[in-house]
Amino acid sequence: MGTGRLYTAVALGGFRRYATYRTATAAGVFTNTVFGLILAYIMTALWDEKPHLGGYDQAQALSYVWLSQALLMVVATMGGGFEDELLERIRTGDIAIDLYRPADLQLWWLAQDVGRALFHLLGRGVVPLVFGALCFELALPSDPLTWLAFLVSVALGVLVSFSLRYLVALSAFWLLDGAGTAQMSMIAGVFCSGMLLPLNVFQGVLGEVVRALPWSSLIQAPVDVLLGTADPLGTYAFQAAWAVGLLTLGRLLQSAATRRVVVQGG
Amino acid sequence: MPRQAGDPWARQGTYARLRDGLGAYRMIAAMWIRSTMAYRASFAMTTFGNFAATGLDFVAILLMYSQIDRLGGYDLPEVAFLYGVSAIAFGLTDLALGSMDRLGRRVRDGTLDTLLVRPVPVLAQVAADRFALRRLGRITQGLVVFGYAVTALDLTWTPLKVLLVPLMVLSGAAIFSAVFVAGAAFQFVAQDASEVQNSFTYGGSTLLQYPPTVFAKDLVRGVTFVLPLAFVNWLPALYVLGRPYPLDLPAWVAFAPPLVAAACCALAGVAWRAGLRSYRSTGS
Repeated sequence: MGTGRLYTAVALGGFRRYATYRTATAAGVFTNTVFGLILAYIMTALWDEKPHLGGYDQAQALSYVWLSQALLMVVATMGGGFEDELLERIRTGDIAIDLYRPADLQLWWLAQDVGRALFHLLGRGVVPLVFGALCFELALPSDPLTWLAFLVSVALGVLVSFSLRYLVALSAFWLLDGAGTAQMSMIAGVFCSGMLLPLNVFQGVLGEVVRALPWSSLIQAPVDVLLGTADPLGTYAFQAAWAVGLLTLGRLLQSAATRRVVVQGG
Repeated sequence: MPRQAGDPWARQGTYARLRDGLGAYRMIAAMWIRSTMAYRASFAMTTFGNFAATGLDFVAILLMYSQIDRLGGYDLPEVAFLYGVSAIAFGLTDLALGSMDRLGRRVRDGTLDTLLVRPVPVLAQVAADRFALRRLGRITQGLVVFGYAVTALDLTWTPLKVLLVPLMVLSGAAIFSAVFVAGAAFQFVAQDASEVQNSFTYGGSTLLQYPPTVFAKDLVRGVTFVLPLAFVNWLPALYVLGRPYPLDLPAWVAFAPPLVAAACCALAGVAWRAGLRSYRSTGS
């Protein structure tokens, strides 16, 4: 099997794996919609009080809420994708088997995560956004090219998210129990991605710092591309730079880690 | 494997079964505490993490109030009061029943069978499963915000208002518990729909952290008359804060939470028993 076909098959496997759980997907869509609704009312009250907060008008702020609910699972803001399984494999020593496989460890998990992200985009992203657009006045563009530009930014966001979670998983080589790292990463993911509040509402140095961190690639960056409040090429460059940097770091740590791998009880 | 009508537990009195259940709960919870205490550093880290993760909601509120003075007509100490009560009540429930959402997995893989053959109430076993003391982090965070609210609020405290605070926290925890148990009962049917439960538990507690004036009238009606989450903090807290209730309800509803909580728990109990009866093992 060619390398390209191998990773395509792994990605399809990742897609199908999540597509199997239809009730869970429906339940997730329901939850994203309920949270979207609650947040939409809070943001409406906030923007009523201070119109043009963070450079958004009210329709843009509401679009932000529904888009962030749609993207939440795609870019795995709170974690909970492949890294849980990889952490477990490192802890138990099953990772030794993976290292024997004629496939690259990082690319293998990346392919699977891309499949997962694609499923969540279709399975959990579309319905809450459509619901939001029907119930609230959103500022979504009609130009298909803008949507295409948005999808490119989402793809880069998935790449950055993957590279961050790969580092979390690799930490288990040194700590054995990766639960602490996973939790810290979840906290950073929720706060710094713009999930709680758009990052352009954060003021001063705090705002500048969170917008420069890699997590802003997950939600803030693609949403700004769609709303036309950020230049797509500049955004891509920012996201790609973080992706390349973090993937390279993952690669370096991976080779350092595999040299010290000790199979538990073996 | 549903329980037969003639089994010894069915004939016990309610009081005896409650005592058995609480005893079993204590025992299982104590076991899980000992097991987590084996790794003290990890325990300290995850408790802090729990504190920090839930605290971020309030950081978001602080960030909002750095830009505005009022949200839905409420100032920061008032919102902090609503937040604190909701967070403590929800934190208590999360500590006691936080593992209930694992029930769906047990139904799917058939491991619920193990719990059914033990001479201990199933609800107590499911509730105490993986009891996590680190969830004290959430309660601590709620207490901190509540403490801030009480010192910053400019209120004249009457004995009635003071009495209402512990009353609403405990009733609120009981209402949230009913939602957790009813959600678990739903999982007997839906199996892998535990996220639906999250919308009512986590979603509900998020909703209650903001003033009712922020939300659409229909949503407020829904959480007053259908799923009575408004009794957790909105109705009693608005009495304490001296604020009018948005649906023009009479003032005495502020004292209804214990009754509402009792009714919710009774209904959740019925749902739980119906769910348990409908359980068929995996057949594998």
